[in-house]
This record gives sequence, structure tokens and C-alpha cells, in this order.
Amino acid sequence: MTFLGSLFIIAGIGSFLISAIGLLRMPDLYSRIHAGAKSPTLATLLVLLGAIFIEPVWTPKLLLLAFFVLATNPLSSSVIARASHKADLPYLNTSGVDALKAYDEERSKEEK
Amino acid sequence: MYEILTIALLLAMFLAMFRFLKGPTLSDRVIAFDVIGIMAVSLLVILSLYFQRSIYLDVALVLGAIGFLGTAVFGRYIEKGI
Repeated sequence: MTFLGSLFIIAGIGSFLISAIGLLRMPDLYSRIHAGAKSPTLATLLVLLGAIFIEPVWTPKLLLLAFFVLATNPLSSSVIARASHKADLPYLNTSGVDALKAYDEERSKEEK
Repeated sequence: MYEILTIALLLAMFLAMFRFLKGPTLSDRVIAFDVIGIMAVSLLVILSLYFQRSIYLDVALVLGAIGFLGTAVFGRYIEKGI
């Protein structure tokens, strides 16, 4: 069981390293948010799963921690991405289409 | 084994800290800080395994909750100002 848990924790730390490299190397703001949102969640869950395998007595606390991470981490990234789009921060728009902005303008027109 | 894992995790935190210092916009800095906070939660779990003390998990729980609140408040500040 300790071997399996160690394997999970090593996979989690590797995912953290990949996330940090992505945070450094990605070209614009939203891809950096993408690198900072998904893989840290996966990595934390892998580390917690490995800890459950190594110390089965701590399972309730670790499950509570996993629930907290799974609930708050994607939410905070989503909040930051939405706020940056509302604040019109610059980014690489290679497709030339901004569907969310068009939707927001249409909705504000309807409210008037 | 835990020593090597801790060093690797500190290396990842160091790379994220580089983006935190460099980031062109405020959102870059906030997201790097968020990632560093999540890494600190995992670091506390690994340290609790290393020292065999489950009390560190409570610290990790509180750190996760408070870090999320800070990020949410920063999102509100970016969107609307103070």
C-alpha cells in the first residue's frame, strides 16, 4: 500500500512541476490561467489519494481537504478569468472572435 | 523519499514565484499566487506524512479556505475596483 501511495504522490508532484512550467512558458493570460487551474487540482487530488493509501487512518480529514480543494480551486480560477475579461485585459486573439463580449453587449442592450 | 519530493515541490513553487514576480498584469500575479497556495497545501500534506502528525492537515484545511477567499476578493477588485 505504501508503494502505491508513493506512486500517486510522485505523479502528483510531477503534475505540479508541469503546471509550474506551463505557468512560466504559456504565451498569454488566459492560457496561463488554464495552466494554473486544471493541473494543480489534479495534482492535489493525486497527493491526497496517495496520503490516503499511506495512512488510511487519516481518511476523513483528507477527504474533507479533497472536497475543499475540488470546490474552491476551479471556482477561484473562473472568478479571475471572468474578471480579467470584464476588465478588458489584453490577450492573443488569434481567431478574431470574442463571443463572450458580444453576448455581454447584447445583454446590456436588452436591460436598457 | 519525502525529502526528494519536498525539494521537487519547492522547485515548482520557485518557478511559479518567478511568474509572480514577472507577470505583466495583476491577473497573472493573482493566478501564480493561487497556484503557490495550492502547492503549499500539498506541501503540508507531505510534511504531515514525513513527521507523522495529523495536526498539520488542519493547517492545510485552513490554508485552502483562506487562500480561496483572497483570490475571490482580488477577482472582485479586478472587475470593479475598490
